[in-house]
Amino acid sequence: MALEWYLVLSGLLFAVGAAGLLIRRNPLVILLCLELMLNAGNLALLAFARSHGNEEGHVFALIVMVVAACEVVVGLGLIVAMYRRRLPLNVDEMRGLKG
Amino acid sequence: MTVDTSSAETFGWLILAFPLAGAIAIALGFRFWGKAAGWIGTGAIALAFASAIGAFFAIQDLPSESRQVTSSLYDYASAVGLDIKLGILVDPLAVIMALVVTGVSMLIHLYSVAYMDSDRGYVRFFALLNFFVFSMLVLVMAGNLVLLIIGWAFVGYASYALISFWYRRNTATAAGMKAFVINVIGDIGLMLAAFLLFGELGTFDYLALFEEAPGHFDVNDGALVAALLLLLVGAFAKSAQVPLHTWLADAMEGPTPVSALIHAATMVTAGVYLIARTHPLFELAPTAADVAAFIGLLTLIMAATIALVVTDLKRIIAYSTMSQIGYMVVAVSIGAYTAGIFHLMTHAFFKALLFMAAGSIIAAMANRQNIDLMSGFRKAMPFTSALLIIGALALAGFPGTSGFFSKDEILVYAADRGGMYWIFAIGGYAAAFLTAFYSFRIGFRVVWGEPCEEARELERGHMAHGEPENPVTGEKEDTDVGFPGPEHHIAERAWPMRAAMGILGFLALFAGLLQIPGVTAAVEHFLEPTFEGSALFEHHPSTGSAYLGMLVGGILALAGIALAFQVYVRRRGVTAGLVERYRGLHGFLFNRWYFDELLDALVYRPTIAAGRVASNVLERVFVQGIVNGTTGIVRGVGVLVRGAQSGFVRAYALLVVGGFAVLALYFLVVSS
Amino acid sequence: MEALAFFVGAIGALGGAIAVIALRNPFYSVLALVVHLVSLAALFLLLNAEFLAAAQIVVYAGAVMVLYVFVSAYVGGSEEPIWEPIPGQRFLAPLLAGALFVEISIAVLGTALTTLEGDGPDVRLGFGSPASIGELLLERYLIAFEAASLLLLVAAVGAVVLAARKRREAPHGA
Repeated sequence: MALEWYLVLSGLLFAVGAAGLLIRRNPLVILLCLELMLNAGNLALLAFARSHGNEEGHVFALIVMVVAACEVVVGLGLIVAMYRRRLPLNVDEMRGLKG
Repeated sequence: MTVDTSSAETFGWLILAFPLAGAIAIALGFRFWGKAAGWIGTGAIALAFASAIGAFFAIQDLPSESRQVTSSLYDYASAVGLDIKLGILVDPLAVIMALVVTGVSMLIHLYSVAYMDSDRGYVRFFALLNFFVFSMLVLVMAGNLVLLIIGWAFVGYASYALISFWYRRNTATAAGMKAFVINVIGDIGLMLAAFLLFGELGTFDYLALFEEAPGHFDVNDGALVAALLLLLVGAFAKSAQVPLHTWLADAMEGPTPVSALIHAATMVTAGVYLIARTHPLFELAPTAADVAAFIGLLTLIMAATIALVVTDLKRIIAYSTMSQIGYMVVAVSIGAYTAGIFHLMTHAFFKALLFMAAGSIIAAMANRQNIDLMSGFRKAMPFTSALLIIGALALAGFPGTSGFFSKDEILVYAADRGGMYWIFAIGGYAAAFLTAFYSFRIGFRVVWGEPCEEARELERGHMAHGEPENPVTGEKEDTDVGFPGPEHHIAERAWPMRAAMGILGFLALFAGLLQIPGVTAAVEHFLEPTFEGSALFEHHPSTGSAYLGMLVGGILALAGIALAFQVYVRRRGVTAGLVERYRGLHGFLFNRWYFDELLDALVYRPTIAAGRVASNVLERVFVQGIVNGTTGIVRGVGVLVRGAQSGFVRAYALLVVGGFAVLALYFLVVSS
Repeated sequence: MEALAFFVGAIGALGGAIAVIALRNPFYSVLALVVHLVSLAALFLLLNAEFLAAAQIVVYAGAVMVLYVFVSAYVGGSEEPIWEPIPGQRFLAPLLAGALFVEISIAVLGTALTTLEGDGPDVRLGFGSPASIGELLLERYLIAFEAASLLLLVAAVGAVVLAARKRREAPHGA
């Protein structure tokens, strides 16, 4: 399979993730969209690794996975904290940065 | 043949060093000197006087052509076209001025040791007084215009500090500020003159200026006349000549020793000294010299008329000073240099004496200065009364006193020059008559007649004591620092005051012997090296006309004294009638020719109005407008930009993604 | 054959992605993401990235998604309101995402990178195996490896702190 397909697919998935990030309001779903974008990146990395015959791309993708996992952990911790404090789970309500 | 001028130079610098050291020593140790400060100050000035005597002899030792000794300690600026040194000029004129300044200052310091004894600001007084003497000596010994200006400015400061010595008195501080402001106007004139001269001749140094000037300027050259007129602004501000004279009367707010030293004997003579020093330039521009002479004449007449009617003792003496300085200004402007400087010297003696006596009397009157309240002190204060009369005699020009010889020499010279200069002689003699009259107005008023309250108390042995109050406005005061002290000291009870007054009395009577026409000419010979080359100096009225002039002067003096006797002794109370009859004239004179009001209308009000315009229009509309406009614009832009900070996370994310898209587009476009 | 596998995986991935952003119930979105991740794992296999594919399933779809499932069950999910407070967001977001996709595609397809043409070189045996990746991790990229572990630790601690219940103060003298 020609590599362009993988790359175009990766770009498409990234765009879908970006659109979702901008449109959805539930923080949980926004985190999911972030996962989409990260995975799209992983796909691109592996495609290039295959094309160069070089496993460094794999290592990079692995580290990305680790980072994504950490970020998910923290993000979900935030969401749980929000829920505990009875805050509405809607990023539009978090307007403390207004000014 | 090189001459050894080192001793003259050394003495020259010592003259400056001692008062400076005194001032610094007193100021640094002000917390612990106590009464010793007075003696330190007096001692410092005494040493300066000794150095001046040393300089006198050192100069006399030198051959007559080399008697103008310059000495420089330090180069201020040594660049192409600019050469300013910290340099003094030790020559006969400087030495005679130094002798007068240090000698009279020494006696006044001695007087103040007793007079200011109970004042809480005693130490500060002596520090300032020493500093003043130092500044005056810098002014007098300066060898170039820059150092002169430095001394000039310092003297102005010292005068201000000493006039406002009793700083909690509003009238005193106001008077100090008035003096200082007028002084600064003079400073500006002087500095502009210095710059103009530098621009034309390329130097500030006196000897160089005098050498270059005749070659560079024609007679009455416009630039030279302009420069000299500016110089005269400076001289007249310092010497209280019209129109810059209004500060001198108010300066009487300072303590009496200050009035004696600064406003009689030394500072106010600085203008006269300046004209005498720059005489080669004035001889090259007779127009400027004539302007100076006319202003001197106007002042001497005006001040004499005012002194006839004002009632504050110190202010009468102040106006008399103004008048006598007018004589000196006339003298040095028309070429009678010897006479002018001689009169400066004798005036210093008898005016300081008059002030000292006045101080003693005011102390006896519990610090009240109104002459209408004083009378009959001759039994209660014999010493003070006697010396007051001696001073008045010298001021009036009673035959034989020093004032007689010095004043008449000026008028004789004026008459001798002839032509237009007769007006100076006539005006001078007329004012001499008035001078004699008002001198004995003071003399007879205070000394003769029935003793007043205070005098009677004093005869019984105790000094009058009143509530401390401002002598001019009558406001209540206290006796803590910033106001006069609680005790009043009169000469009869304080030996330093008697010593000082006694010496001055002797000088006021006998100093005239130095310059008796046709007999002695000590002053003239001494001053020759400074003034040689001046045609006016070489010109001498004949002995015969000199004695004729002295005769006329003597007659006028006696006539004035006789008239004063009539008015104030024989027929007391006649003045009240005269005041009634000539109310308008009296009002005009009493209000000092309405000069303050004139200045108020001509200068003060327009300036205030201009300031108001500047504040309301220029400042508010333009400057504030620009500043506020700028901040307004910035704020407006800020508000606009703030619109982007909506607080919505998704909006920010949108901007991130949007930015990324734009960037990617840019790179695509660029790379294609 | 390979193309078929690719398209199946691609459709699965794309479908899952679109389902994530389109479904209203967040729990369903989580499940859709699981589908997406598994499809991606299939694509990884096609790219000879065996270890990564396994890691994807075990770590990502296995651990991370289970976390999501737990949290979404705990938190629950509510309907998102219809009204959009940020003006223009609804319109601009798909537009910008589309622009992004177009630009990336142009970049990829219009590029002069020769390696992108065709299937790519033949890879050696053992490409993408745990052994070779392990070698790289522990030799050349040791620091990255250690840093990643540290990051994991920090994240774990951070999450605990974030989500901890506030400890009730013990009353004095109790």
